[in-house]
Amino acid sequence: MTAEADNAPGSHRARGSYYFRYMVEPYLYLSPAVIVIALVMLVPLAIGISYAFQAVNLLRPFETGWVGFENFHALWSDRKFWLALTNTFWWTLGSIVFQFFLGLGLALLLNTRFYGKRLVQALVFLPWAVPTFLSALTWAWLFNPTIGPLPHWLAALGILSEPFNILGDPNLAMWGPITANVWFGIPFFAITLLAALQSIPGELYEAAEIDGASTWQKFTKITLPFLAPMIAITVMLRTIWIANFADLIFVMTGGGPANSTQILSTYIFTTAFRKLDFGYASAIAVALLGLLLIYAAVLLVLRRKLVKI
Amino acid sequence: MNALRQTSPWVVTGKYLALAFYIAFALFPLYWLTKIAVTPDKLIFSEGTALVPSRFTLENFQTVLLQTDFLAYFRNSLIVSLGTAAITTMIAAAAGYAFSRFDFRGKRLIIALMLITQMFPLLMIIAPIYKIVATLGLLNSLTSLIIVYTAFNIPFATFLMQSFFDGIPKELEDAGMIDGCTRFEALRKIVLPLTLPGLGATLGFIFTAAWSELLFALMLINSNDAMTFPVGLLTFVSKFSVDWGQMMAAGVLALVPSCLFFIFIQRYLVQGLTSGAVKG
Repeated sequence: MTAEADNAPGSHRARGSYYFRYMVEPYLYLSPAVIVIALVMLVPLAIGISYAFQAVNLLRPFETGWVGFENFHALWSDRKFWLALTNTFWWTLGSIVFQFFLGLGLALLLNTRFYGKRLVQALVFLPWAVPTFLSALTWAWLFNPTIGPLPHWLAALGILSEPFNILGDPNLAMWGPITANVWFGIPFFAITLLAALQSIPGELYEAAEIDGASTWQKFTKITLPFLAPMIAITVMLRTIWIANFADLIFVMTGGGPANSTQILSTYIFTTAFRKLDFGYASAIAVALLGLLLIYAAVLLVLRRKLVKI
Repeated sequence: MNALRQTSPWVVTGKYLALAFYIAFALFPLYWLTKIAVTPDKLIFSEGTALVPSRFTLENFQTVLLQTDFLAYFRNSLIVSLGTAAITTMIAAAAGYAFSRFDFRGKRLIIALMLITQMFPLLMIIAPIYKIVATLGLLNSLTSLIIVYTAFNIPFATFLMQSFFDGIPKELEDAGMIDGCTRFEALRKIVLPLTLPGLGATLGFIFTAAWSELLFALMLINSNDAMTFPVGLLTFVSKFSVDWGQMMAAGVLALVPSCLFFIFIQRYLVQGLTSGAVKG
C-alpha cells in the first residue's frame, strides 16, 4: 500500500522492489509453514484418501493393491459401522446441547458484576486446561464404584438401583463420556460467548431500560441477536470437532461395552491401531469426512436462507 | 456489562447459587483426583466416598517419582512439548506476520489450505503418518512426534500470531523504515518486542496441546523409553489398575504444567478474544 520506503534509494528499482514486496517477500516468511503443512498434513491426507481404495493391512503384508470400492462395500454391510454412526450422532448431540446451554449460562453469569469475579472466572475455566487423557481418566475413576463417589450418589438419589459402574452398562455407558465432554467443553463456549457479550455496546441496554424493556426482552431483542453470529460459528465448529473427538471415549471405555460407545472416530482409531487395517480405517475416515462436509454444507445453506429474511 | 443488573434478593441468591454450582462442577473431579492421591492406601477402600480423608500422605507421590518410569515419561513429554512449542511459534510467527502485513497473490488460497487442515478428522492421516514414519525409521523417536505436532499446530498458531500482529499499528514499522531500517530490522527492533506477550501465549497454547496429545503418540511410540506422559500413564493404568493412589498421584503430576500455564494465561483469554471480536 505505501511504497515510500522502497522508492527512497533510487526510483529505477521501484519496479523490481514492487515485485519483491508483493510476490517474493511474503513467501519468504510463509514458506516454512506451508512446506511443513503440505508435507505432514496435506500429502498424508491424499495418501489416506487413496488408502480407502486399497487393501493395506500391516498384518497381511502381501495382500496389498488397489481394490476399488471394496472397502466401502464392506463398510455398507458392517453392522458396527452403522452402530458407530448412530452413536456418533447421539454423542455429538448430547455433548453439544449440554455444553452450549451450560456455557451460555456461565457466560451470562460472568458478564454480570459480583464479588471475586476474577477468581471465579479462573476456577470455572480450569477444566479447559486439563489434558484430555487426564479428564477421561479422572471421570472414569469417578464413575468407578470402588473409588469414585458418583455411583453411590446416583444410587442414593434413586437414579441407579444400586451403585454400579455405568461405563459397564451398554444402555448407560454413553453418558459417561458425554459427562466428561460437557465438563471439559463448557469453558470453550463460556469464553467465546463471554467475549461476544462484552463487545455488545452498553448504550443499547441503557436505551432499552429507558424505554422500559424487561430483562427477558433485553435478552431476546438485544443479547441474542448480537450473539447469533458467534453462536452459529462456534456451534458448527464444535459439532465437527466433537464428532472427530476420539480421545475421551477411547480412554474411558475403548468403545465398549459391546460397542455401545463406539463412535466413528474411535472406530477409525481402533481399526488402525489394534487391527492395523489401514485400508478399512481410511474408508471409515473418508465416510466420516463426507458426512461432515454434508453437515457443513447444509448449515451454510440454511444460514444463507435465514440471513436473507 | 449490565445485561443482568438486578436488585431483587431472589435473583441475587439465584445468581450466587448458580455460580457455586459451576465452581463445584468444575473443581470437584480435580479435587477428587488430588484427594485419592493423598489418601494412604489402607484407607482408600474403607473411606471410599468420604469427602475428606482422615489422614494424609505424600507416599504415593514418592513412589511414583522414585520407583516408576514416570520421571522418564515426564522428561520425554517435556522435550516433545518444549520442542514443538518453540519450533511452531517461530514458524507461525513468520507466517502470521506475512498474513498481517502483506497483500499478495495466493493469500486466500493459503488461508483456505490452513483452514482445511482444521476441518478434516486428524485420524484420517494417522495411518499414512505411521507408514511414512516407519519407512523413515523414525518410530519410537521423539523427533517424529515433534515434527507431527508442529505441523498440527501451525495453522492455529499462525492465526493467533496474525491477530497479535494486527494489534500492533503498522505506522510504527513504517516510521522505522522511513528512518532507514530494512523491513527485517523494523520487525526485529520494533515489532518483536511488542509481540512478546503474544509469543508467550502462543508458546503456552502449543505447549499444552502437545502435552495432552495421546492418539498419535500411542500409534508412533511403543517402546517404554520414548513414551510421553499420556501414553505412559495409560500403559500404567492398563497394567497396574489397582494402584489407585499411585495412578492418581501421577495424574496430579501431569496436571501441574498445564495448570501453571493456565494461571498465567487465563486473564488474557477473554481480552484477546474480545479485541478480535470487535475487529471481526
